[in-house]
Amino acid sequence: MTKSEVQKIAELARISLTDDELERYAGELSSILDYIAKLNEVDTDDVSITSQVTGLSNIFREDIVEECNLKDELIAQAPDTEDRGVKVKSVF
Amino acid sequence: MIRHLHNKLISKEFSATELTKQYLERIEKFDQKICAFLTVTAKSALDQARAVDEKIACGEKIGLLAGLPAAIKDNIATRGVKTTAASRILENYVPPFDATVIELLRARDFVMLGKTNLDEFAHGSSTENSAFWTTRNPWDLTRVPGGSSGGSAAAVVSGMAVYALGTDTGGSIRQPASYCGLVGLKPTYGLCSRYGLIAMTSSTDVPGFLTKRVEDAAYLLSALAGRDPKDATTLSCDSRDYLKAIAEPRLNGVRIGIPKEYFIEGLNKEVLNAVKGAVRILEKEGAIVKEISLPHSQYGIAVYYIVTPSEVSSNLGRFDGIRYGFSKHSDAEDLIDVYYKSRGAGFGQEAKRRIMIGTYALSSGYYDAYYKKAQKVRTLIIDNFKRAFREVDVIITPTAPDVAFKIGSKENDPLAMYLEDIFSVPVSLAGLPAISIPCGFNHENLPIGMQIIGPQLGETILLKVAAYYEGITDWHTKEPMLLTEL
Repeated sequence: MTKSEVQKIAELARISLTDDELERYAGELSSILDYIAKLNEVDTDDVSITSQVTGLSNIFREDIVEECNLKDELIAQAPDTEDRGVKVKSVF
Repeated sequence: MIRHLHNKLISKEFSATELTKQYLERIEKFDQKICAFLTVTAKSALDQARAVDEKIACGEKIGLLAGLPAAIKDNIATRGVKTTAASRILENYVPPFDATVIELLRARDFVMLGKTNLDEFAHGSSTENSAFWTTRNPWDLTRVPGGSSGGSAAAVVSGMAVYALGTDTGGSIRQPASYCGLVGLKPTYGLCSRYGLIAMTSSTDVPGFLTKRVEDAAYLLSALAGRDPKDATTLSCDSRDYLKAIAEPRLNGVRIGIPKEYFIEGLNKEVLNAVKGAVRILEKEGAIVKEISLPHSQYGIAVYYIVTPSEVSSNLGRFDGIRYGFSKHSDAEDLIDVYYKSRGAGFGQEAKRRIMIGTYALSSGYYDAYYKKAQKVRTLIIDNFKRAFREVDVIITPTAPDVAFKIGSKENDPLAMYLEDIFSVPVSLAGLPAISIPCGFNHENLPIGMQIIGPQLGETILLKVAAYYEGITDWHTKEPMLLTEL
């Protein structure tokens, strides 16, 4: 994996990386992906994927609105606030 | 241990306050060297203990866990108490709610001594990835305690907590239990609620226990297992079975499978001999031992390092520097720059590494080759276990390929660190329960653990075999000598 590929992934993941980090990750991610390539040895043509291991599906509950009493505590967690709002930078 | 201390409390041999003070004193005395705790909550611990003492004084009946001081891994949300996941990005985060497992412990009047160290976001096998400090192994301070629940394990084995909660995603309870000479129980996926755990790999994360005795793990499981409306993946169970399992730990013809692929080259000879010795003892006591094959387990780590980073990259997406946690908003130019800078400076190296592998594996053009392929091989690993459990009741393997390693020795080789979990990861991918218990010591007096694996919801049989082995051996009674010298 090249430095510019790492840079592209870091942008997709919304992480800024230093030049040293780009260099380091290029090497490390390459060796991890080489190891993972081992999976190509396995024939999986007729195998289905697993995403839930205990076999549960469609667990429903009643859709009841409940009052949340934590509003002020939750807003207080935000690094930047104004009045009772969470403040964000301009998008453009 | 739990039962013993409970009996002393109700017979008024000592009070919960005295007991809590004793544990706090040990933390004071030992933790400067061991560094197991990130936060110690002395004042609230004493308040909780006093409330239990009042109940006892009024003649009120108290539960088994009441008044007993415990340590909690710092990726489990505790209302009003800092919960950092050992990450800078959550350095000052105080959750306004309790995890379900904490809520259940509070309802049973437990005493919380504090929050324990881990690899950042539970990414690691040594606690060296903590953004704050590395926890040391009480058996040898130059070695790691294992991880990611290393702080919890170190706290329990050095007598700084009666028991500890941990989380296990690929071995994070079992491997530190093995390295510290403790019992580590990882329940079936979904048996204990994940609500309030800081999510890592949602398809394998489970809360579990680090204890000195097998029966303690059974008590905790019976208190914390079961359906939780806040976690749709939870399962129901009959918790009385766990207590029955430890009340009469009989082997009578239990069939033990030994997977030939797990006793491989590269496995430490002393670990191999200890585990084989333990199996021989169980066989002599009436168990039936069979060689079995789990041919796809060798792909476990490769599958895990696709599945985990993929889920991590999604789960850690919530840390945006806007709603809570660490933020670089004052240095940022626009919104996207807040994300870049906050995440770049807030996450440690391993968290960033995993986010990037996951982002790559899930990106269009690579999704089929990596993520889909991994989820298919995962199916094969699960099928191997299913087939094996038609022939045997439990499977025994080493918990880890070696004893605790030296601090710093794997720091610059992430892949070597990943291979630490080679025996524990396939179990997690299949959602199976497993317990690690002490089964020997190497020539340097470092503990060795064996892993007993059961079928899904097979905790009863696991506990039975583990309690039986514990009853006829004395590895669990050994304590680190170092503590007397500190």
